[in-house]
Amino acid sequence: MTEPMLDIQNLSVVFGTGRLRVDAVKDVSFHVEPGASFGLVGESGSGKSTVLRAVCGLAPISGGRVMVNGQAVKSPRDKSFYRTAQMVFQDPYASLHPRHTVDRTLSEPLAIHGEKNAEARILEALREVGLGPSFRFRYPHQLSGGQRQRIAIARALILRPKILLLDEPTSALDASVQAEVLNLLDELRVRLGLTYVLVSHDLAVVAHLCDRLLVMRQGEAVEETTAAALRSGQAANEYTRALIQASQGFARDGVEPVLV
Amino acid sequence: MTGAPLVQQPSGARAWLLSPEPASRWQARLGRFYLGWRAFSKNPLAVLGLGVVLLLILVAIFADLIAPYSPIIGGNLRTERLLPPSAAHWFGTDDLARDIFSRVVYGSRTTLWVVMLVAIIATPIGLAMGTVAGYLGGWVDTVLMRITDIFLAFPRLILALAFVAALGPGIDNAIIAIAITSWPPYARIARAETLTIRNSDFIAAVKLQGASTPRIILGHVVPLCLSSLIVRVTLDMAGIILTAAGLGFLGLGAQPPMPEWGAMVATGRNYLIDQWWVAAMPGAAIFVVSLGFNLLGDGLRDVLDPKAAK
Repeated sequence: MTEPMLDIQNLSVVFGTGRLRVDAVKDVSFHVEPGASFGLVGESGSGKSTVLRAVCGLAPISGGRVMVNGQAVKSPRDKSFYRTAQMVFQDPYASLHPRHTVDRTLSEPLAIHGEKNAEARILEALREVGLGPSFRFRYPHQLSGGQRQRIAIARALILRPKILLLDEPTSALDASVQAEVLNLLDELRVRLGLTYVLVSHDLAVVAHLCDRLLVMRQGEAVEETTAAALRSGQAANEYTRALIQASQGFARDGVEPVLV
Repeated sequence: MTGAPLVQQPSGARAWLLSPEPASRWQARLGRFYLGWRAFSKNPLAVLGLGVVLLLILVAIFADLIAPYSPIIGGNLRTERLLPPSAAHWFGTDDLARDIFSRVVYGSRTTLWVVMLVAIIATPIGLAMGTVAGYLGGWVDTVLMRITDIFLAFPRLILALAFVAALGPGIDNAIIAIAITSWPPYARIARAETLTIRNSDFIAAVKLQGASTPRIILGHVVPLCLSSLIVRVTLDMAGIILTAAGLGFLGLGAQPPMPEWGAMVATGRNYLIDQWWVAAMPGAAIFVVSLGFNLLGDGLRDVLDPKAAK
């Protein structure tokens, strides 16, 4: 068996202390093989995004172990970590600096890591995400939502990371653009041999992109299952079944509400 | 922009500036600048303010050519003292038989010098304190903001007076005193702006690329604080001019015979009833320039402040 690209054991994340203590993630474990695509699913507040943020250092790791590419992550993360793992954020309207051109946004990671021939790398990164060189000197306000998200993906990929953390990368986009971006992500994963961890509340998106997935609820792992099982409606856990039912749309004689 | 209908084809330069696909960094930047200028020039009062400020700069640069007399050496004390405005002396003469117009013209140099130096000293201090405090938070924030509070607790003119009294009277010490007392509001503004953007995704994104804290503050936080700070500094210019004039009036700013508007008003005070022009002319200059900076600041706010725009 190959060494997993991302290995998370008993991860817990706690914010605040005393009465303000919030256990955002409780004892979650999963691992992702190199080149695979793993989904984290759950309702709002289930802690799925916090898992991603804990991996890349935006949230504290309060307990457990996170291994990326065979190495335990250090706090604060070092530069080599950021060359291995990159993240794409949910809202493309908030994740690009409003006063920086695309060129500046893409050249920043290259400058930080002292990369050579930035010009060629930027043009290549734009080409990879299906944008021409004409986009290079535009400001974010001159781009559509889908184009912005492509720029965000290009920025994440320009350092050639091995693992890409995707935090609801399409939920802020409309349906047709969503499909374009998902197909682009799928194609990039195959072409560049990337490993994905995808967070989404949308089961269809996860089933489209991922092989295996973890269902989360209130910070706890509910069930680890496969996309195939999800599609055929075979879910062991009641909560997962409710989630599947909810994603199929509104039915008048619906299910029993899941009691919290 | 009332006359020209929008149907006309944009000319070459305009199309180049407004191109949705700029071909270089410079074209993108100039295009942005042009859009800002278009919004700015729609406001006639703002353009008037800019005109006054430009006039001040031009007068200061070409004072030697504009002023008909020396600002320091007076005329015949027996025949040319306190003459009313006339063709020979446009603004009249003062108690030492000096041409007031020439003194007002040369005084613009002092005013511009004060305004520029205060802006150059106070803005970076305020910006640095505010962005560092806002971005780092925690005890750094507490310490820096308490220091700011201490400075804010004193009335500005009184604190400047105390500093000048300690440093000794003179225009350079007045500039230092005004700069020391005017940075705290800038620090507050920069901190407030920083707090609104420090948790945004684009800052998180650049953090995830491994950027160092100074790099994030200088390259990503400061550009977003700058526009509201420029507006505030421009609006404060009027206050700075008045403070400098006030210090001059009290004899703590520019020292005689240096032409300075506040000090000129102070000497004119003795002749206010009979020879009104001695105090009124430099007073009018202070008024016009202060108003100009205020109008310019208002116009800049409309263009630069994204919250006020649209």
